[in-house]
Amino acid sequence: MELATSYMGLALRNPLVASPSPLSKTVDGVRRLADAGVGAVVLYSLFEEQLRREAALNEQLTDAGTESFAEALSYFPVTTAAEPGPRRYLSLLERAAASVEIPVIASLNGVTPGGWTDYARAMQDAGAAAIELNIYYLPGDPRISGRDVEQRHIDVLTRVKDAVSVPVAVKLGPYFSSTGEMALALDAAGADGLVLFNRLLQPDIDPDTLSVGPAVELSNPAEGRLARTWIALLHGRVRASLAATTGVEEPTDVARYLLAGADVVMTTSALLRHGPGYAVVLLDGLRAWIERKGFTSVDELRGMLAVAPSADETAEARADYVSALREANSSTYGPW
Amino acid sequence: MTHATIDGNEAAASVAYRLNEVCCIYPITPSSPMAELADEWASQRRPNVWGTVPTVVEMQSEGGAAGALHGALQGGALSTTFTASQGLLLMIPNMYKIAGELTPSVFHVAARSLAAQGLSIFGDHSDVMAVRQTGFAILASGSVQEAHDLALVAQAATLATRVPFVHFFDGFRTSHELNTVELLTDDDLRALVPEELVRAHRGRALSPERPFIRGTAQNPDVYFQARETVNPFYARVPDVVEDAMARLRERTGRALRLVEYSGHPEADRVLIVMGSGAETVSETVAWLAARGERVGLAQVRLYRPFPVRALVEALPASVKRIAVLDRTKEPGSIGEPLFLDVVAAMTEAHEDDDRVLPRIVGGRYGLSSKEFTPGMVAGVFEALAAERPRRRFTVGIVDDVSQTSLDYDAALDIEPPDTVRAVFFGLGSDGTVGANKNTIKILGEHMHAQGYFVYDSKKSGSQTVSHLRFGPKEIRAPYLVANASFVGCHQFRLLEQVDVLGRAAPGATLLLNCRYAPEEVWDALPRPVQEQVLNKKIELYAIDAGRIARDVGLAGRINVVLQTCFFAISGVLPREEAIVRIKEAITKSYGRRGPEVVQRNHAAVDRALEGLHRIEVPDRVTSTRELAPPVPANAPEFVRNVTAEMMAGRGDALPVSMLPVDGTYPSGTTAYEKRNISELIAAWDEELCIQCGNCSFVCPHSVIRSRYYDSVRLDGAPDGFRSAPLEGPGLPDRRFTLQVYLEDCTGCGLCVEACPVAAPGDSARKAINLADREPLLALERENIAFFETLPANDRSRVDFGTVRGTQFLEPLFEFSGACEGCGETPYIKLLSQLFGDRLTIANATGCSSIYGGNLPTTPWTSDADGRGPAWSNSLFEDNAEFGLGLRLAADGHTELARRRLGELRETVGAELIDAILDAPQLRESELHAQRERIAELMRRLEGLDDPLVTDLLSVVDHLIRRSVWIVGGDGWAYDIGSGGLDHVLASGRNINVLVLDTEVYSNTGGQMSKATPLGAVAKFATAGKTVAKKDLALQAIAYGNVYVARVAMGSDSQHTLVAFREAEAYDGPSLLIAYSHCIAHGIEMRSGLDQQYRAVASGYWPLIRYDPMARAAGGNPFLLDSPRPRMRLSDYTDRELRYRSLASSDPAEAERLHGLAEQAVAQRWAVYEEMATSGPQRFAADARKDR
Repeated sequence: MELATSYMGLALRNPLVASPSPLSKTVDGVRRLADAGVGAVVLYSLFEEQLRREAALNEQLTDAGTESFAEALSYFPVTTAAEPGPRRYLSLLERAAASVEIPVIASLNGVTPGGWTDYARAMQDAGAAAIELNIYYLPGDPRISGRDVEQRHIDVLTRVKDAVSVPVAVKLGPYFSSTGEMALALDAAGADGLVLFNRLLQPDIDPDTLSVGPAVELSNPAEGRLARTWIALLHGRVRASLAATTGVEEPTDVARYLLAGADVVMTTSALLRHGPGYAVVLLDGLRAWIERKGFTSVDELRGMLAVAPSADETAEARADYVSALREANSSTYGPW
Repeated sequence: MTHATIDGNEAAASVAYRLNEVCCIYPITPSSPMAELADEWASQRRPNVWGTVPTVVEMQSEGGAAGALHGALQGGALSTTFTASQGLLLMIPNMYKIAGELTPSVFHVAARSLAAQGLSIFGDHSDVMAVRQTGFAILASGSVQEAHDLALVAQAATLATRVPFVHFFDGFRTSHELNTVELLTDDDLRALVPEELVRAHRGRALSPERPFIRGTAQNPDVYFQARETVNPFYARVPDVVEDAMARLRERTGRALRLVEYSGHPEADRVLIVMGSGAETVSETVAWLAARGERVGLAQVRLYRPFPVRALVEALPASVKRIAVLDRTKEPGSIGEPLFLDVVAAMTEAHEDDDRVLPRIVGGRYGLSSKEFTPGMVAGVFEALAAERPRRRFTVGIVDDVSQTSLDYDAALDIEPPDTVRAVFFGLGSDGTVGANKNTIKILGEHMHAQGYFVYDSKKSGSQTVSHLRFGPKEIRAPYLVANASFVGCHQFRLLEQVDVLGRAAPGATLLLNCRYAPEEVWDALPRPVQEQVLNKKIELYAIDAGRIARDVGLAGRINVVLQTCFFAISGVLPREEAIVRIKEAITKSYGRRGPEVVQRNHAAVDRALEGLHRIEVPDRVTSTRELAPPVPANAPEFVRNVTAEMMAGRGDALPVSMLPVDGTYPSGTTAYEKRNISELIAAWDEELCIQCGNCSFVCPHSVIRSRYYDSVRLDGAPDGFRSAPLEGPGLPDRRFTLQVYLEDCTGCGLCVEACPVAAPGDSARKAINLADREPLLALERENIAFFETLPANDRSRVDFGTVRGTQFLEPLFEFSGACEGCGETPYIKLLSQLFGDRLTIANATGCSSIYGGNLPTTPWTSDADGRGPAWSNSLFEDNAEFGLGLRLAADGHTELARRRLGELRETVGAELIDAILDAPQLRESELHAQRERIAELMRRLEGLDDPLVTDLLSVVDHLIRRSVWIVGGDGWAYDIGSGGLDHVLASGRNINVLVLDTEVYSNTGGQMSKATPLGAVAKFATAGKTVAKKDLALQAIAYGNVYVARVAMGSDSQHTLVAFREAEAYDGPSLLIAYSHCIAHGIEMRSGLDQQYRAVASGYWPLIRYDPMARAAGGNPFLLDSPRPRMRLSDYTDRELRYRSLASSDPAEAERLHGLAEQAVAQRWAVYEEMATSGPQRFAADARKDR
């Protein structure tokens, strides 16, 4: 049985990709993921803003108490003030890429134009097989227009594409007025891959303490439906590879995404819940399912249940999905 | 020729590093920066002139450093060390060996006072004079340039002569003075230190290929002769040093001589002096000679071997009178060392010719960095001109006891008019010193520049004074700036506390940073300041730097704004050029923080010029506001007359008679020092408060006090006085007040973090919060005064067993100058609360001895009965032994008291005697009862005329069980005092040891100790420590009869309390290891308690107790008191810069060390769990009798 897959032109031994998580924060963690059999690893995201903040904090902590007391004019070796910068990330990337056979993809969340391109170039130099742009921000300003948001995505992609030669994927949030149009525009702007979708981690209210705090929850399979819907709609309509992420718990969740048309399927939550070794369970399960269904390769089944591109103009071709959506919306327990 | 503006430490280290292969060091002020620079360069893989990267090794003490150095030298490596003061003294045994074996080496010493009646970190020659007999040659530098040049001369001469050298320069005055110097190139170094000499040194090393023995034991037959073999080597030294100086001159043009004469060619009066004082004398001599005075200076650079010929030849034949100035004191001697040497040299030199021996007198000056000014030099010359000059004298102080001091004209000003002089008054935290160092770097490229910085002795809210000079010529003025043409006062309130304009020249400019609008500035000045402005015709400028900094997004960083104003007003550079240069410096300094930060700083520069206002000065005083006295009028006499003078910066004027003769100072003086250092202070919310006591428990500065009292006591309370019903069953009508001493609060916020309650609907509001001080000040002053009229709660009625109860115990350690949010002082305060009225403390040198005992004030205080902790600091290395001595004395005197008491049974009454002798004294109520018995005893003894009674009375205090505590940091306990601590713990004596474990040498600026954890970065562990922290607890547990506890107040305050009480109650040695968060961890200090919690929760700092009493009772003595690790180690370490910075500089290594640290945590946990679940037989028994 052939699980080998191509993602943004990268040859993967199978379509299961470990998406950014604390598991990929160490070389050892990346190695464990590779040993468990995943086809590629996307490292945790480098956040430019976080680096900035850390740099400012480090500087402040290095300065604290200095030049105040004659016996202790400083409290740290001079080198401590060294730029925190991306070195920690790049070193991990470099060592991880060198220690595993599978592609290691870097993930970047920039702030400034220079930040996006400089870090992307540095990631390429450190051995990233590809770069995933984690264009993640919550526009807190309600006056910002949808067009502006979209244009920012295009601008970031274009700049990074100009700066590097490795493939570049864009990880999208689900909240666009027209997600499809956004995807097509990114595709046209040169995206080598589209990753659907970013789970925006939203804060929540604690009614006991009457406070707002971060709410981090692992995804559940039900959340996969949205991404699957869009993958099914985009499959065959974009040149870019499609990566599915969110809601992979069982091998059948992987199968669902592949049937919808995903080139690769990413997972974090299942690996965090069960440990990196769980990739073996997912892959074995996928194999068993493929076998049971009588397929011989993933290419054979990929996109079987996608919306055929040729049927774009005809409403009936989309009937399966559209009617499913309608049904879901009218039912009492519908997903939205 | 390359110029640079560097300090003396860097000047010496730059040469020493490039000419050595091994540096064995131990941190000690003021020499530490030399070692730190060497370590920094080594970590950057910078090679020496022969291509080798020197090895820098930090040892456990200077004794250890000297031993390692001796070994490295015997192994043939070019080896050096950097030290000072007590450190040099600890090297003495090895110095005899190194010299006795004719081993070339140079010790670079930032000369510092020795601890005598008090410790001093400042400069004089007491230390180098204490090694003059070791056989080391001694070379003295007088300036930053000389420290650079003579470091090379010393190295060249030691290799050529085989005689080891001490190369010294004055601590702080030279070691920390920034000055413009010409740098020696590697070629200069190689030219003076030929490789064949290096190889000859290697050739003398121990080697099994050509074996011999060195270090024999010698007998009466040959030791003496063998000692005399070295004479020819010493005889050569002066010529060789002179030759090296000559070669230096050939290469650099800088002429140096063994003894340098300057002044009138036919001088009749000459001063002989060593070190930086020679610069002052030289400039003054030139000034006096230009005015026709026949005066001269002989500066001694080579002191050992004493260059008799050079001295005699240097002096003009015309000399009639010589004053030799020593920067040391040798009590009981007929004179100080340099004086005696000169007398001997001159006497012998004149024996063989017909010339009359000049009259030679000796004086002391400049001890502990006491100022030595041109006025003093002129004063000495004047005294020398007297018909019968005083034979021995002092200069620079007023000695009204022995009448040794000379008068002088303090106002004498000899500085050239083209030197710009400026002084800046600021706070440590406002960046004034940093900005001035930056200014010096900028100006040092255009002209000669000098900077010297004076800090006060507090670690929080400390004041700084920067003394800067700039000019077209070399600046040789190693004394503080007077008659400044520019005075910057960066904090308005300093105008009220120090004499800011005292250093201003007539017509000077004062730049004032203040919040007042330009038209309000004049009226805001206190009357005496207005008067000074008018009298000195001061030009006044003002700026609201704080507002500008805030506006451009740099809140609190006023330094750039004020630096810009200095350039704009002073005109040292053309304004436009100055702005460009400042901006360049900003881009360089802040570039890595991103373009926004650079832009903000550039904006601060531009806005500074807009916000700078020249203030119209009226022609008369308008203010009626006087300066507040430094201490209140009701302060004790000593505090008013002595302490207050020191506090106000007038300590230099205190005469000898005002100072205690034996270093004894009164307790409780911080109470008079209302520093008001924080704009934000703790404020109590009585509605929300549950009276748990957590806030006062953790308060590092003892500013949160609680009392409960009968509600009738509230009669007459000020309107704003707050109270709440006491939360306690069975005590109706009792009120509770938590009073914040806001003038002493540092605003650290630990109390807020410790508070367990929050307002409904507003989780950020606690029962104690930070609030603005200013609006509360007047009201709370009244409240505090009333609070102090409430009686302290009866100790015998307070529940000592709970944190809640301890808040009612008076802290007898209060308002220290420790860092805001200090992690050590809450433990010390607790100690004082629990046992303060019968507590004796031996305190190791370090942070705790500085905030505990650095003049002018001490936080150690006494209770209403006048009882309180008796505190002393001996040394750094001997603290455990010192504490044991206190115990031995107490035990002996207790025994004597009990014996005398028994002998007086008939006289006093058997019942009382037996009651006293048999009294249990563990609980506070029992101690209270014993105190009452002693009081009764005293009544019965009154009027009895019996030698036994007299004897008993001299030791009667010991009938109250005395609590002896040995307190110190990890540098002491794990490193320099480790051997002593181990021995004292093994003594079986009833001593208590409190280790304030900050895991680093905090007081000297964060050097690695053996308590530093695996993977943490510290000075001398720049690449992360690769050895795990020593498990001191396990070492002590191995003895079986030592009570041991590891505590962390921020994780479990109740556990801390229990451990303190158990340790004290245990009749044997006790060891408490207390996690003390520290500024050197690189944390926001407010999160210190949370970090303690994380240290415990991650398993890094398991809370344990080992109680030998439990074993004796058949139980398991080892208690693992914290639960299994429940967070990742990284959840603790990632929050500290000491760990995080390695992840930035060397991520792979950080990851490797972190993995190993995780393993170490797991392994130790397994060991502890095994111990906690084993039976008593697993542990050693207490073999002492009657246990």
